[in-house]
Amino acid sequence: MMADKPMAQQAAQAVPSGGAVRRASLSVHIMRFRELGLLGFVVLLALLVQWRNPSFLTLENINDLLRNAAILSILALGMMLVIVTRGIDLSIGATLALSGMITALTVSANPGMHPMAALLLGTAIGLACGSLLGWFVARLGILPIIATLGMMNVFRGLTFTISGGKWVSAHQMPDSFTGIATGSILGINTLIFIAIVAYAVFHYFVNHTRTGRQIYAVGSNPEAAVISGIPKERLLWLVYAIMGALSGLCGVLWVAKFASAQGDTAMGYELTVIAACVLGGVSIAGGVGKVSGVLVGSLLIGMLNNALPLLNVSPFWQTAIQGGIILLAVLANVWVKRSVDRNHLLRRRI
Amino acid sequence: MLWEEREYERKRGIGMAEFVLELNGITKTFPGVKALDNVHFRLKPGEIHALMGENGAGKSTFIKIITGVYRPDEGDMLVNGRKVELKGPRHAAELGIAAIYQHVTCYPDLTVTENIFMGHERVEKGTRRLLWKEMHEEAQRLLDELGADFHSRMTMGALSVAQQQIVEIAKALSANARIIIMDEPTAALTVRECEQLYAITERLRAGGASIIFISHRFEDMYRLADNVTVFRDGKYIGTWGVHDISNKDLIVAMVGREVTQLFPKKDAQIGDEVLRVEGLGATGYFADINFSVRRGEIVGLTGLVGSGRSEVCQAIFGIGPRDRGKIYVEGREASIRRPADAMALGIGYLPEDRQKQGLILNWEIAGNITLPALRRLARMGWIRRKAEWSVAKMLAEKLGVKATGIFDLVGSLSGGNQQKVVVAKLLTSELKVLILDEPTKGVDVGAKSAIYEIIGELAAQGYGILLVSSEMPEVIGLSDRIVVMREGRITAILDRSEATQETILEAAMDDSTRETGASA
Repeated sequence: MMADKPMAQQAAQAVPSGGAVRRASLSVHIMRFRELGLLGFVVLLALLVQWRNPSFLTLENINDLLRNAAILSILALGMMLVIVTRGIDLSIGATLALSGMITALTVSANPGMHPMAALLLGTAIGLACGSLLGWFVARLGILPIIATLGMMNVFRGLTFTISGGKWVSAHQMPDSFTGIATGSILGINTLIFIAIVAYAVFHYFVNHTRTGRQIYAVGSNPEAAVISGIPKERLLWLVYAIMGALSGLCGVLWVAKFASAQGDTAMGYELTVIAACVLGGVSIAGGVGKVSGVLVGSLLIGMLNNALPLLNVSPFWQTAIQGGIILLAVLANVWVKRSVDRNHLLRRRI
Repeated sequence: MLWEEREYERKRGIGMAEFVLELNGITKTFPGVKALDNVHFRLKPGEIHALMGENGAGKSTFIKIITGVYRPDEGDMLVNGRKVELKGPRHAAELGIAAIYQHVTCYPDLTVTENIFMGHERVEKGTRRLLWKEMHEEAQRLLDELGADFHSRMTMGALSVAQQQIVEIAKALSANARIIIMDEPTAALTVRECEQLYAITERLRAGGASIIFISHRFEDMYRLADNVTVFRDGKYIGTWGVHDISNKDLIVAMVGREVTQLFPKKDAQIGDEVLRVEGLGATGYFADINFSVRRGEIVGLTGLVGSGRSEVCQAIFGIGPRDRGKIYVEGREASIRRPADAMALGIGYLPEDRQKQGLILNWEIAGNITLPALRRLARMGWIRRKAEWSVAKMLAEKLGVKATGIFDLVGSLSGGNQQKVVVAKLLTSELKVLILDEPTKGVDVGAKSAIYEIIGELAAQGYGILLVSSEMPEVIGLSDRIVVMREGRITAILDRSEATQETILEAAMDDSTRETGASA
C-alpha cells in the first residue's frame, strides 16, 4: 500500500490537467432521484391520508403500521438478493408456513421452550428449505421460477401433512412464545427491532463485503462473473439459502404475531414481497436493487394496508386500490426517469 | 511501474525468462469439434503479438485456455519459463494474466470502480470490509493515467464501448497484469477511438507488459504488432514478423485460399430516386439531414460512432425517434411511425446486431428466413409449409448460405452465414430500399467478400441501398456516393470519384478530434 503513493503522484504529474474531467455522473443522480421520487410519493400519500383521518400519524398507529410491515420488509431483503441474481423465489410463503407450523407444534408440545430457541428452530428449518432450493438452482441449473414453483407445492403439502390439516391456535401456545411479537427490546417492539437489525446487517453485507458485491456482479453479467473467477454457483446457492433462512425466521414471527399456525398461512404472500421489491426499484432483469429502496417499497405497501381501512374503504375495494397505487408508483418512477433522460438529450448540442 | 516490476520479480523469485508465455502442443476438443489441434504460441517480454485467423479458427478457445476458463486436453503452458497448470480464471489472474474481451466481461449495472476491482477488491485487514474510498481513488488515478474523460463513480452501462474498454484496461492494470490479451478491441471502435487505443496499448508495452492482440483488421496489426501468429481451423499455421510477410500471403494463411477481388464493382443501372429525406431531425441525436438514394445506387453513410448515422437509419425505418422532417419514398411523402409502415412502403432494414435484432438463433434457417413473409405464405392462418420451404431454399441458395440444409439451426452457422440469412429475410418481402447497418461487423475476411458481392448484386437488381459502415475501405469500395456525418449533422456528401480515406476523415472529425488523433 505504501508504494501506491509515489505512483499516484507520478501519474498526477504525467496527466495533462485537461485529462481528468471530474464531473459528477448523471446516472448516479438518476439512481438517487428514483428513490427520492418514491419517498416523495410515500410522504404525499401520508399527508393525504392524514388530511382525511387525523389518527393516521399518531405514534400508536405508526407503531402499528411498522409492526405490520416488519415481516414484509424482512422478506423483501432476501427477495431482493434473489432477484438481483436474475432469479425469483415463489416458495417463500410455503417455507414460511412450514417453519411456522413445525415451530408452533414443537412449542405447543414443549411449552417451556425458550422463545430464542423457537426463533432458531424456525430459521434452521427455513435455511434447510432454502439450501435445498439453492442446490436445485445453482448445481442442477433448474430455472428459479420452476424450481421454486415446484418446491412451493412440496413445502405447502408438507405443512398440511405435518399438521394433519389442523390449526395450532392461540390457547396451545405459551405466552412466552406469542410474546415474541408483542414484547419489546430497548423500548422497541421485537418485530420492528428484528427488522432494524436485519436492515443494518444487509446494508453492511450488500455494500461493504466482497461477497455482497459479487452477488450483484453475478446478476449484472453471469457470463462475465464466471470468466473473472467469481464463484457463481456458490453465490446463487447462498442467496436462496439466505432467502430460506429469512422465510423461516418470519414463519416464527408470523405465527407468534397472529397466534395461530395454519396450513394456508401466508399463501400468495410471495407476490406481495416481490411487489415490494419492484416498487423499491429492484430490477427483475437483475443486477440492480438497493436496501434503502426495498425499505421504502415495503413501507409503502405497509402504509396502504394500514391507511385504507382508516379511510373506511370497503375491504372489497382495498386490494384493487392497492394494486392501482402500486402501478401508479411504478409509472411515476418510469416517468421521472424518462424526463431526466429527455432533459439530458436536450442539453446535448448538435 | 518500477515498484510493480520489482514486486513481480520478487514474487516469482526469477529474472526475465526468454518468453513470458509459451504454449506447446495445445489441443482442446469439445463434443463433436476439435477446437484446437496441437497449437503453439510464444510471447516475448514487452512484445505486442498479433493473433489472427478467421472466425472459428480457435482464437477464442485459445484465449480461454490462457486465462484458465478452459483446461487443455493436451499440451504445456509455461509462464516465465515455468510450467503451470491453471486451476481457474483466478489462478491465471494471480500469475498476471488478464484478458480484455470485447463484450462479455463488464457489469453494466455496477460502477466503474466496481468493474475495475471485481475479483480483486481491496479489503480492510481483519474486518474484510471493502475499502471504497481507496478503490474509488485508485480507479480514478488509473482512469486519469489512461486519459479517460469519465468518472470512476459512473455506472458502467452509461459509458460508450470505447470507454468501457478503457475500464477493462484499467482493470488489467489494477490487477498488475503482465500478460494482457486484447480480444478484437477495435471491432466496435471508430478511427479516433482506435488511435486512442493504439496509444494506450503502446503505453502498456512501455510499462513492461506483453500483449496478445487479436483483430480482424490489418491496420491494427501493422500499427502495433511486432509479430503475427495465424491460426486456421484450430491449427497453428505460422508466426512471422509483421513486415516479413505480405498482406496477400497473410490472407492466404488465414483463409487457406486466395481472396482475389475484395470489392467487386458491379455496374448497376442507376435509375430514379427511391428514397429522399428532407430536414430530418431528432432532438439530441441529429438535425437537418438531407439526402437521397436512387434505384441501383449504393449510398454509404459513415461517420464516427455517436455521429448519429445509425439513429438516422432507425428513424427512417420507424424504430428510432424523429421529431422533424419528411421522408419521401418514390417521390411521395411517407408517414412512417413503426417498422411495419416502412416495410409496407418497401424499406428493409438490416440491423447492426444480427444476433440480437436480426435472428432467432435457436430456430432453423427456414423459419428465420420466412418469418417476415408468413402472412403471404399462410392460407386462412395455416402456414403452407411446402411454399415456406421452397422460398427459404431458393433464397438460401441464391445467397450461398453454407449449411447442410435449410433445417440447420441458425445458431450453428458462422457469422458470415448468419448475416446471409438476415439478408435473405429481407428479400422475402418486395422491397425497394435496403438499409444495411454494419453488414460485415464481426464477419471474417472470406465471408466479407461474399457479402460485398451480394450487396453489389442487389444494387444491380435495382435495389436502392443505404450502407452504414465505419469501415472506411468498405464504404469507399462499394458506394456510389458517400454521406459523412459528424455530431448529428451531415458534413459532406462525396462522389465516388472524390472519396478517399482523407476526405472522409476530414469531414468526419472536427478540428479538436483531429488534433487528438494526430497527437495520439
